[in-house]
Amino acid sequence: MCDVLIAEDEPTILETLSFLLGRAGWSVASVTDGAAVLDMVRRTRPGMLVLDVMLPGRSGLDILRSLRTDPEQADMPVLILTARGQSHDRQLALDLKADGFISKPFANDDVVDEVQRLLGQRAARIAASG
Amino acid sequence: MLSPDFVILTAVAYVGLLFALAYVSDLRARQGRAGFLRSPLVYTLSISVYCTSWTFYGAVGTAARNGLEFMAIYMGPTLVFVGWWFLLRKLLRIAHGQRITSIADFLSSRFGKSSKLAILVTVIAVVTITPYIALQLKAVTTSIQVISTADGRGRLAGLGDAGLGLAVAMGMAVFTILFGTRNVDAREQHPGVVAAIAFEASVKFVALVAVGLFVVFGLSDGPAQIYARAAEAGFTIHEPGPFGSRWVTVLFLSACAVICLPRQFQITVVENADENHLRTAAWAFPAYLLLMSLFTLPIAFYGLATMPEGSNPDMFVLTLPMAADQNALALFAFIGGFSSATSMIIVASIALSIMVSNHIVLPLALRFTRDLAAHEAQGIARLLLVSRRTSIAVILFLGFIYFWLTGESGALAPIGLISFAGVAQFLPALLAALYWRGATVRGALAGMGLGFAVWGWTLFLPSFAAGSDMVAGLLARGPWGIAALRPQALFGMGDTDPLVHSLFWSMLLNAGMLVLTSLATRQDRLERIQAGVFVDVFRSGQRGQGHGGTGRAIRSTATADDLFFLAERVLGWQRARALFEDAGIRHGAHARGADAPPAFVIRLERELASSIGAASAHILLSKVVRGDALSLDEVMQIADETLQVISHSNELEKKSNELRQTARQLQEANAKLHALHRQKDDFLSQVSHEVRTPMTSIRSISEILMRQPDLDEAQRDRFVGLIHHESVRLTRLLDEILDLSALEHGERDWENHPVDPEAALSRAMEVCDAIARQRNIGFSREHAPVPVVVAGDSDRLCQVFINIIANAIAHNRDPEPRVHVRSRVTATEYQVEIMDNGAGIAPEFRATIFDKFVRIGEAGNTGGAFPGLGLGLNISHTIVRKLQGRIELVEGALPGACFRISLPLCPAAPPALEGSCQAGASS
Repeated sequence: MCDVLIAEDEPTILETLSFLLGRAGWSVASVTDGAAVLDMVRRTRPGMLVLDVMLPGRSGLDILRSLRTDPEQADMPVLILTARGQSHDRQLALDLKADGFISKPFANDDVVDEVQRLLGQRAARIAASG
Repeated sequence: MLSPDFVILTAVAYVGLLFALAYVSDLRARQGRAGFLRSPLVYTLSISVYCTSWTFYGAVGTAARNGLEFMAIYMGPTLVFVGWWFLLRKLLRIAHGQRITSIADFLSSRFGKSSKLAILVTVIAVVTITPYIALQLKAVTTSIQVISTADGRGRLAGLGDAGLGLAVAMGMAVFTILFGTRNVDAREQHPGVVAAIAFEASVKFVALVAVGLFVVFGLSDGPAQIYARAAEAGFTIHEPGPFGSRWVTVLFLSACAVICLPRQFQITVVENADENHLRTAAWAFPAYLLLMSLFTLPIAFYGLATMPEGSNPDMFVLTLPMAADQNALALFAFIGGFSSATSMIIVASIALSIMVSNHIVLPLALRFTRDLAAHEAQGIARLLLVSRRTSIAVILFLGFIYFWLTGESGALAPIGLISFAGVAQFLPALLAALYWRGATVRGALAGMGLGFAVWGWTLFLPSFAAGSDMVAGLLARGPWGIAALRPQALFGMGDTDPLVHSLFWSMLLNAGMLVLTSLATRQDRLERIQAGVFVDVFRSGQRGQGHGGTGRAIRSTATADDLFFLAERVLGWQRARALFEDAGIRHGAHARGADAPPAFVIRLERELASSIGAASAHILLSKVVRGDALSLDEVMQIADETLQVISHSNELEKKSNELRQTARQLQEANAKLHALHRQKDDFLSQVSHEVRTPMTSIRSISEILMRQPDLDEAQRDRFVGLIHHESVRLTRLLDEILDLSALEHGERDWENHPVDPEAALSRAMEVCDAIARQRNIGFSREHAPVPVVVAGDSDRLCQVFINIIANAIAHNRDPEPRVHVRSRVTATEYQVEIMDNGAGIAPEFRATIFDKFVRIGEAGNTGGAFPGLGLGLNISHTIVRKLQGRIELVEGALPGACFRISLPLCPAAPPALEGSCQAGASS
């Protein structure tokens, strides 16, 4: 059980993201292989998922699609990270009901704010549902 | 002696028999049961209409007077039928195809359906045949006189020669009219007449042979005795020089005559039912002639030796049996001679009447008749019939006039030769018609006209000398006293035989004029077409046969009603209707003024031509046909235009093919451009991604460093190190992109020269050795056993080796990592294999491993000194391809990946080892 699961294959980015979110007070887990992401989600039951699109093994958007069809995980907040800034990636992500979208390179604050927002939403929803 | 009444009655009865025979034959032919009537035998027998009373009686006379000259009369036709059958065959083929009705029609048709020529031929024919008919009249008259008098010299009581002649002529006229123009149907084949002629041929043959046998074996003891007696009586049996110029002339004339005589043309060509009958005739007719001539000499000699002085040798055939009191045989011989005469008169006058009515009367009638409708329904057919009957009467009357005018003068043979010489004037034009395409109608007219004039002057005119003092004077002194123009001594050629003389001048001038005028004049279109049809009748094969209307294109047509109206008047209602129904042409109330197709107009013209001759049919049709026949020039023009259209459309097709090709090329180029565009987009997208990744780290870490002052020293150093690492990565990425671009665009091309690849490999291994040691990798090498030279650039080669080795080191996650480099030499190649014991290349990447930005190795295992950037292998691949080599993924000795680089061996001798290999994957 952790607050944020980061699915990112670039070791340096993963390191900085972990540092950032850790410093902001969340517990962070990470996965670098696309094929292992869903398994990791089920095992760690994170508060949210930071998902890179260009993952080896399985594409981030593909993972998102599976995630949204799984009733247990359907409401998992997902923040999409991509180095491909094209708008059609963003549209694709939104169509797949991604909760947030940030393109690389990003401002650290933007990432922290988004994580904050998504975790807050989730907390509110859990509170509302009882 | 026989009573004249009995003789005449016998003759009339015989004619009645002939008539019955002809009638039955006609009937059978109409019912389509011609059978025997259309056999080669009947055809051959009918051709022997050649043997007239001249031959029957006259040959003996000729033999008695001129010895072997009579043989020439038989040999000419024999030569033609045996030796010139191909000429006859061509005549037949053309005549069938063109529905020729007479020799005048034949010549006119060949020379552009010329009416003038048809008229000239007709006139010549009438003038030359008139003496011939007179000859028959004379023979019949004389024979009747002879057979009904006691001593063979007396006269028929109560009737002079002239009266008897006139009576015979009138009888013949009636007979011929009844025979030849009985039918309203004016088609020019007369199976009934042909049957009668064939019968007569048999009768005269049997009669002559009977007389011959009687004379040779009845009166004497075989031929030997006859010759002996004749020799005793002082006759020359073996003439010293029988084959002189006159003999040759007679031979030539008789050869001409068997082709050119209107009656021969009628029987041989027009009445011919089947071209193949000619094969039989080619031997049977000469055989007939031979048998006919067999007894000529014995009869002549026996007659000369036994008959009293002054007997007419022409009548020996009759007088010899009579002298022996063999009246029945004499009567049979008389019937034989009568047969010869009547058959000639019938056929000749039919042939002439066809020519006269088709070529003279009808054109005149057409010229003076503007409106065909003015005639009653059977107008033209009736006109034809009437004109034919009249023609027959007139021709026989003319014959009688000649007979009357020449009186007692000539023997039979000279009259016949005059006719032969006259019709010989057709020969040059006829031969030209068959074999000389360039002969023109003017040439034919001029030649024939001149020849005819010369014949008239030198031969025909002198035949009146006995009856006219004026003619005798001309012969002696020449016109206006000009000796050079004396009829029988033109230009001083006086000492030759008159016949030879006449033939020499007439044929020379005729043929000469024909050739010269033809060369000097041009053919018009119809002539040119007809000339082709005639001359090339065999070459054009079936076409000539089928195209009665010839190649002449009739653009125009006429309403079916007009055509029917016309056809009805010429052919009769029944035939016209049959013709129209056969062609499926409607007429009358159903047609509503519809046009008949041009092909039908051509067919109708051919049908009409078979009745009234080509020229008249042409004139007649042109009265109702709208527009003109196309001129040859127009046809050529149309053909040219068609050709142009064809070539245009060919050009267009070529153009459109080119366009299609261009379009396809454009499409391909477009597709290629699209692909390139997509590749560029992908590339840019990839580059962007590859650049953004280190940029992300750099920016993120920089922000951390800026915002987090409370970082400990170690952490700070770590972050700064990462920034540096990512910067180096970024730099290398940009370098690789530039390098790749340069390689692909050939900007930084290099010259290949012989290098030692082993040296380059050693340098690469030195460079990689440091990293290998850093990673604790077992690094081993196997050298090539022999010195190697390849063509290449050692720096680039080194770059490729470093790239592959670095990859092998970087991606090896084995606990005991090993990289083995092995080089070897095959027959043609230098090969380097770089293998590791790592995880190997996943199957899904094997196909695309050398593409741009393909990351190899396992997920999350990138990094190290040479993290997978996706460009290194692509660059290596490009370089190796430029060195004419290959780089491929193979199964190696170690469990991991194995890259094999193969380079062609350089045949050049010792390598100039230059250059150095820089450290790093790129230069």
